[in-house]
Amino acid sequence: MNFRSPLGEAKGLGSAHDGLHHWWAQRVTAIALIPLTIWFAFKVAILSMSDYQTVAECIGSPWSAALIVSLIVAAFYHAALGMQVIYEDYISKKAVRIVAVMGTNLVLFLLGAAGVIAVIRIAVGG
Amino acid sequence: MSTNNRPLSPHLDVYRLPLTAFVSVIHRGTGAALSVGTVALVWWLIALAGGEESFNTAQQLLGSIIGQLVLLGWTFSLFIHLANGIRHLIWDSGYGFEKDQVTKSTFIVIGVAFVLTASVWACAYAFGTGV
Repeated sequence: MNFRSPLGEAKGLGSAHDGLHHWWAQRVTAIALIPLTIWFAFKVAILSMSDYQTVAECIGSPWSAALIVSLIVAAFYHAALGMQVIYEDYISKKAVRIVAVMGTNLVLFLLGAAGVIAVIRIAVGG
Repeated sequence: MSTNNRPLSPHLDVYRLPLTAFVSVIHRGTGAALSVGTVALVWWLIALAGGEESFNTAQQLLGSIIGQLVLLGWTFSLFIHLANGIRHLIWDSGYGFEKDQVTKSTFIVIGVAFVLTASVWACAYAFGTGV
C-alpha cells in the first residue's frame, strides 16, 4: 500500500536517509539517562543541606565526577536530538528550522562543555 | 489527485483530550522545559567549581521559596519525562499498545513520577534543617 500523495511522489520528497541514527541515539542516551538522573537527583537531594567542603568532595570524587560527566554528555545530546524533532514538527520554514536546530545545538554544546569543565575543576580541586 | 476522503483528526478546539493524549503532550513540554533547565544544572556546577562564596550564593538562591518552587517543578518534570520515557521504550519494543494497557500505564507513569519526586524531596528534607 502506498501512503504517499501523488504530489509527494512527483516532488521526490521523502526519506532523508539519515533518520535511523537519530532515532537510535535518542534511545541509547535515554537508557543511559535512567540510572544517571535517578542517581544524581538523590545525590544532590542528600547533599542539599551540606556545606561547601562536603559537597565539593562528594561531587568531585573520581567516580562521582565520571558519572556526572557521563550524565552531562548523555543529557545534552538527548536534549539536542529531542529539540530537533520539536523544531522539525512545528517550524515549516526551512531556513528558520535550520537556524533553530543549529543554534540549539551550538548553545547546548557550549553549556555541556561548561558543565564538564566545571566538574573537572571540582574534581582536581582547582 | 483525490485526497478529500482522508480521515480527519479530532478538532482540537472541541475535543476534550483524554488523559493519555495529555500525558503525550506533556512529554514534549517537559522535554523542552528540561532542555532549558540544563542551564540551572550547569550554573550550579559552575558555582560549585567557583569556590565557597559562589556556592553559598547559589545554595541561598535555590533555598529561597522561588528557588524551591522552580526545583520542585524541575524534579517533577524530570521524573514524569523519565517515567513516560520508559513507557516509550516499552512501546518501541512492541508491547503495551492495547487501549486498556495504555490507560493503565498512563496512571502508572503519573504515579511513578509522584513517588520519585516525593522521595527526592523527602531525602532533601530528611538530611538537615534549613539551608
